[in-house]
Amino acid sequence: MAEAVTPARAASRWNQRTLAPWLFLAPGLFMFAVYVLWPIIQSITLSFYDWNGLYNQDGQFTGTYIGIGNYAELMTDPAFEKSLWNNLKWLVLYLLALPIGLFIAIFLNQTVTGIRLYKSLFFFPFVISQVVVGLMFAWFYAPNFGLLYLLTEWMTGKGIAILADPDLVTYGIIAAGLWPQIAYVMILYLTGLNNVAPDQIEAARLDGAKGWRMLWYVVLPQLRPATFIAVIVTVIGALRSFDLVSIMTNGGPFGSSRILSYYMYEKALSEYGFRMGYGAAIAVVLFAIMMVFISGFIWKMWRDEKER
Amino acid sequence: MVHKQAGALTLVAALLMSTSAFAEQRVVTWNADYDPIPLAAAEAMIVDFEAANPEIDVQLTNFDHEGYKNAIRNFLTADAPDLANWYAANRMKPFVEAGLFADITDVWDANGLNESLASSVLSSTIDGKKYAIPYTYYQWGIYYNRDAYKAAGIEAPGPEGVTWEQFLANCETFKAAGIDCVTTGSSALWPVAGIFDYVSMRTNGYQFHSDLAAGKISWTSDEARAVFAELGKLQPYVTANHAAIDWQDAAAIFVQNKASHYVMGNFAVGVFKEGGMTNDNLGFMVFPEIIAGVARAEEAPTDTVHLTSGAKNPEDAKKLLAFIASADAQTKWNAAVGQLPTNSGSSVDAADPFLTAGFASLSTATGGIAQFWDRDAEAEYAKAGMEGFQRFLVQPEALEEILAQLEATRLRLYPQ
Repeated sequence: MAEAVTPARAASRWNQRTLAPWLFLAPGLFMFAVYVLWPIIQSITLSFYDWNGLYNQDGQFTGTYIGIGNYAELMTDPAFEKSLWNNLKWLVLYLLALPIGLFIAIFLNQTVTGIRLYKSLFFFPFVISQVVVGLMFAWFYAPNFGLLYLLTEWMTGKGIAILADPDLVTYGIIAAGLWPQIAYVMILYLTGLNNVAPDQIEAARLDGAKGWRMLWYVVLPQLRPATFIAVIVTVIGALRSFDLVSIMTNGGPFGSSRILSYYMYEKALSEYGFRMGYGAAIAVVLFAIMMVFISGFIWKMWRDEKER
Repeated sequence: MVHKQAGALTLVAALLMSTSAFAEQRVVTWNADYDPIPLAAAEAMIVDFEAANPEIDVQLTNFDHEGYKNAIRNFLTADAPDLANWYAANRMKPFVEAGLFADITDVWDANGLNESLASSVLSSTIDGKKYAIPYTYYQWGIYYNRDAYKAAGIEAPGPEGVTWEQFLANCETFKAAGIDCVTTGSSALWPVAGIFDYVSMRTNGYQFHSDLAAGKISWTSDEARAVFAELGKLQPYVTANHAAIDWQDAAAIFVQNKASHYVMGNFAVGVFKEGGMTNDNLGFMVFPEIIAGVARAEEAPTDTVHLTSGAKNPEDAKKLLAFIASADAQTKWNAAVGQLPTNSGSSVDAADPFLTAGFASLSTATGGIAQFWDRDAEAEYAKAGMEGFQRFLVQPEALEEILAQLEATRLRLYPQ
């Protein structure tokens, strides 16, 4: 009995308002610490080691500490440079999903019979798995029997095998990635368009606004929350676009379509890899790049909250 | 108490297994990565072994082939079986260096394997100690399509093959006829390593291949340049866009008579035959001699079984290893799978023209037997090399850049 009383008395000494929030936060904080913070710390630590992923028979870690050796090597690694540039291409071109998605959303935002069907057809690519998207586009581009290859062969006499061409391959994969991404952005804008105030449109129309001016000065400002979310998901989607590269080219031909996330996998976990430290160093760099964007978004959200 | 518990456990285990007749049977565990046909052959081999050693029960755990490459890294430390499948040469080096594979020199010595497995001694040895029991390999070489030869109006080569000049001249004729002379699908990189290895071994011999893979030879040396010069002669005749297709896709091109040669391992014969080819229109020849006087070396990747350091029953596991190394067991296993036994006392199915040709090609390869680029070279170096080979076959004009990059990789991995 005494044991039950003691904690209650102790708790009463604490301000309930200080303790309760932490109690409610505890499960979330615990998960965050174990599954997010701890792996981040571990990856950063590992990036200072040279380790092939093996423990010896007694279960001891077999890596050796090499300081910033992995990072120094990254600086002179042409494959890493290539991956960085490709990542930049992904970032820039992936943002095309925004205007195209907006255009389709506006186009579909009308009341015609069967519009729901059209909307769902446009949304379809986002529903299928990225792996399937990758396979479909790989077949579409395939030399000898792919639709695009046959089409270019018919038109120019010489087929273009996009995935075999080191200069085109990254653009080919980005096009495959854009397909579902446009659908995603479209659905974000469609919901956004539902919330556009009809009286403002009416008022603008009375004032003589039309077409582009209407879109730019009246509709788009009201779509700002949708645009904000669309930019976030597109940027993050571009940075972690691992699956398409893995399915369509394995980073080839001769590493021309590598991006950071795939290069990290290749170095750390693939058949010819198992350089855990080097892979971790790439992961840390990717994390740093993502942090730039993520902290930007968080800062903006925090500022918006304060203004309210 | 401990003994009682262990006894009870064994009893329960024995009761659970319908096949075992004796409660005091000793268990040998074996982790493998077999496809269905090799798995059936391995199970038949286990039945034979258990019949000869009724007191031992062999428990084989089979893994998916790709998954195994990751699984082995975990189970060797966490829960080691007695035996594990892996590969010879440099591929087993990380495990040997981490002390996860056990020294089995005594098994080799006690069973006269140094003689009967003579061709595999080098690839099974690290620092003077043996760590592997080789039980199967398969030859590489040139598979050719007789129908494509007919279509181009060229006489098909005999078993002795053709000269390099003749081969390249034929390629020119094939090209004029719209047929790819050499096909390959290099999206997974390794198929181009086969082509490179052969050109390399025919130009400079086995020792050069071995030293190159070990990082002892500069990529900008005259010898290395000579290899790329010969490879450059072949480059215009290799299937365009090979970088975007799998080796099986290229097999389709070959089967459809759109290509005349395929530099491949013997495992591809099954795929060619599934595509409709028969012993009548599919031929095999060794890769042509390039520089006269260079002793002919061949590629024959060897599959091996290893004793783990964490083995719970090493004594009986060694008995099984000796059995796997024996001539009869290898004859039977390889006949079922359609590969070549490593034991010189074994025999090969005389009705299979490709196996007999391969056996003849390997047993007369005076230059040596290579494991394949990606098994002779360390993983990271192997990958860098294969990317270079692939790039050269796509962009031969980038040779200087390719060599400079490979050389930079070599100097980083093998500081002079």
